[in-house]
Amino acid sequence: MMATLLNRKKKVDDLAETAGTSLAADAFRRMSRSPVAIVGAVLVAAFVLLAIFAPFLAPKDPFVRYPELVENLRAGFVPGPQPGFLLGSDELGRDFFSRLLVASQQSLVVGVGATIVGLVIGMTIGVAAGAFGGWVDTALMRFTDILLSVPSLLLAISIAALFSRGSQTTVIIAVAIVSVPIFARLLRGAMLAQRHSDHVLAATALGVKRSTIVFRHMLPNSLGPVIVQATLTLATSIIDAAALSFLGLGDPDPNRAEWGLMLSKSQTYFDVKPELAFYPAAAIIVVALGFTLLGESLRESLDPKNRR
Amino acid sequence: MALLEVRDLTVTFQRKGSAPFNAVDGVSFDVDPGQTVGLVGESGCGKSVTSLAIMGLLPKRGNRVGGTVSYEGTDLLTLSDRQMRDRRGRDLGMVFQDPLSSLNPVIPIGIQVTEVLERHRGMARKKAMVEAAGLLDKVGIPDPTRRLTEYPHQLSGGMRQRALIAIALAVQPRLLIADEPTTALDVTIQAQILALLKELVTDSGTALIMITHDLGVVAGLCDEVNVLYAGRVVEKAERHELFAQPRHPYTHGLLASIPRLDGARGERLNPIRGSVSDNIPWDTGCAFAPRCPNALEVCTQVTPPQEDIGGGRLLRCHNPVRPGTPAVEEVSV
Ligand SMILES: Nc1ncnc2c1ncn2[C@@H]1O[C@H](COP(=O)(O)OP(=O)(O)O)[C@@H](O)[C@H]1O
Ligand SMILES: [Mg+2]
Repeated sequence: MMATLLNRKKKVDDLAETAGTSLAADAFRRMSRSPVAIVGAVLVAAFVLLAIFAPFLAPKDPFVRYPELVENLRAGFVPGPQPGFLLGSDELGRDFFSRLLVASQQSLVVGVGATIVGLVIGMTIGVAAGAFGGWVDTALMRFTDILLSVPSLLLAISIAALFSRGSQTTVIIAVAIVSVPIFARLLRGAMLAQRHSDHVLAATALGVKRSTIVFRHMLPNSLGPVIVQATLTLATSIIDAAALSFLGLGDPDPNRAEWGLMLSKSQTYFDVKPELAFYPAAAIIVVALGFTLLGESLRESLDPKNRR
Repeated sequence: MALLEVRDLTVTFQRKGSAPFNAVDGVSFDVDPGQTVGLVGESGCGKSVTSLAIMGLLPKRGNRVGGTVSYEGTDLLTLSDRQMRDRRGRDLGMVFQDPLSSLNPVIPIGIQVTEVLERHRGMARKKAMVEAAGLLDKVGIPDPTRRLTEYPHQLSGGMRQRALIAIALAVQPRLLIADEPTTALDVTIQAQILALLKELVTDSGTALIMITHDLGVVAGLCDEVNVLYAGRVVEKAERHELFAQPRHPYTHGLLASIPRLDGARGERLNPIRGSVSDNIPWDTGCAFAPRCPNALEVCTQVTPPQEDIGGGRLLRCHNPVRPGTPAVEEVSV
C-alpha cells in the first residue's frame, strides 16, 4: 500500500517536472505530425460531435418502446436488426442504436463535468500549496495523500455510496474527487519548480506583488502538465462514471440511456443477445482510448526532453 | 554620503549534515550616486550571493545574512518583506545573467515592461504601454510598438537583454545591479550591451554595481573595482590604479591571463594555476595561498588582514606583488 502510494506520488511529481516554457504553438506543430495524436484527436472529435448532435442523428426516439419490437420480445429472444432499427431492439423493445447514440451525451456531460469540478478543486488546492508553502502546503498535501492512498475506483464508489440517492450530480462529484489529489499535486509541483525559476526571481527583483507573481508568472507556466492530465482524466472519468452506473450507484432511473447502465442491464441477456453488452463496452473503450492517445501525445509534445 | 554602504556583509549557508559555509565573508564597499563599482572574481566567489543579499532575494531558509546594507541611511536588511517589495524595482533595479530565462515565456514583452510601471508609478495599462514603447526605443530596440506584443522567444538574445535593461530602469532606480549581464551573449553583442549600460547610467546618473568575472568589462565601465576571492574582498582600487599596478597576486594573475591582441606572437597566456577547490578556509590563513605564486609560510598560518595601502586602496595579502612588476597595460573595450 505504502509502495503504491509512493509510486503514484512520484509519477505525479515527475509529471510536474515537465512544466515550464513549452509553447503552445511548438507543441501543436509536433502533435500535428504524430499519428497517435491524430488518431486520438479524430476519435475525440467524433465522440464530441456525436454527443452534441445525437438527438438529431438518432433515427428513433430512444425512450419509446416500439410495438413492433415489443411484440416480438420473448423469454430467450430479443429482436435483432431490422428495417428502421439498425441494431435491433434492446431488452425492453426500444431502439438499441438510438439509445447507444444518445448515451454518448451522458458520458460527455459526466466526463467533462467531473474533470472540470476536479480541476477547479484540485487547482485551488495546488495553487494555495504552491504559493504559500510552509504549513499550508504540508496540510494540503497530507490531505491529498489520504485521497491518493485509496485506489481510485474504490474512492469513487465510497463517495457515491455516501449519497442516499444517486443522480448525475452525485456521480460527477464522486468521480471528480478522485482526480482532485492528482491535479493538486501536479500543479503544486509545477508551481514549486516555478518559484525557483529565473523569471520569477527577476519579477521579484522588480517588486512585483505576490499575487501577480503567483497568477501571472507562476501559474500560467505551470499549466502544461495539468492540461495533459485533464485530457487523461476525461478518459478515466468516463470509465469511472460508467462503472458507478454499472454498480447501480448512478441515477436510479432505469429509462436513462447510459453506457454503464446499458452494460449492467445487458448481463441477463448475454446468452440471448451479446451485442447489448458489446456495443456499450466498445463505445466506452474507444472514447477512453481516444482521450488517452490525445493526452499521451500531448504530454510527449510538451516534454522539453523531446524537443529538437 | 554614499548611496549604498555595504558593511561586513556575511552570508552563511547552513546545509544539512555539513558545516556552515560563508559564501560571502565580511564584504564592505560603498557606492556613490552615479558611480560604477565592479565586483570581480571567478565563478563561485560569492558575487551573485552578494547581489541577492543586497536585494533581499536570498531564499528565506537555509542561510543567515549578517552585516548591514544601508541605502540612503536605511538598513535594507532590517526591512520587512513588504517594505522591501516596495523598494525593489523602484529604488534598486537588477539585471540578471540569462536574458531568456529571466523573461516570462508565456506573456508578451509589453506586459512585462508595463508591470513595473503599473506597480511603482500607478500607471494605467494604456498609458504604461505608451511609456513602455518609449523605453524600448531608448534601449535601442527597433520597432518597439510591435515588439511589445511579441513573446520573449521571438527576440534575439541581445534584444532580450536590452528589454530587461529597459524594464530594470523603467522606474529610474538610483541603483542598478547587473550580475554578469553579458556572459550569456555573443561577443559582438556583449560590447553593445556594455556600451548601452554605460550610456544609460551616465545619462540618468544611476549608480551601477557591475558584477563580472571578466576584467575586460571592468576596464570599460567601472570607476572602482573590488576583487573578490572566496567570499572576501582581497583588493580594492580605483580602476586605472588596479590595471596599472595590481598588488594582490590573484588580481595580477587575472590580468596576466587576459588574452591580448597586441601580445607578442607565441607569447603564452598565464592562467592562474589550480582551482577554487584548492582553497583553504580563511580562518586558517589566506584562501588563495595554495594557488599563489608569492605564497610564504605565513600565508597558510595567519589570516591576512585587510590593510589600507593609501590612495584609497585596500589589500588583503602578506606578500603583495611589488610595484613595478611588469603588469598588463590597461585594456579598453
Ligand atoms: N542557495 C544556496 N545554497 C547553498 N550554497 C549556495 C547557494 N547559492 C550559492 N551558494 C554557494 O555560494 C558560493 C558563491 O556562489 P555565487 O555567489 O553564485 O558565485 P558567483 O561568484 O559565481 O556568482 C558558491 O560556492 C555556491 O555554491
Ligand atoms: Mg554568479
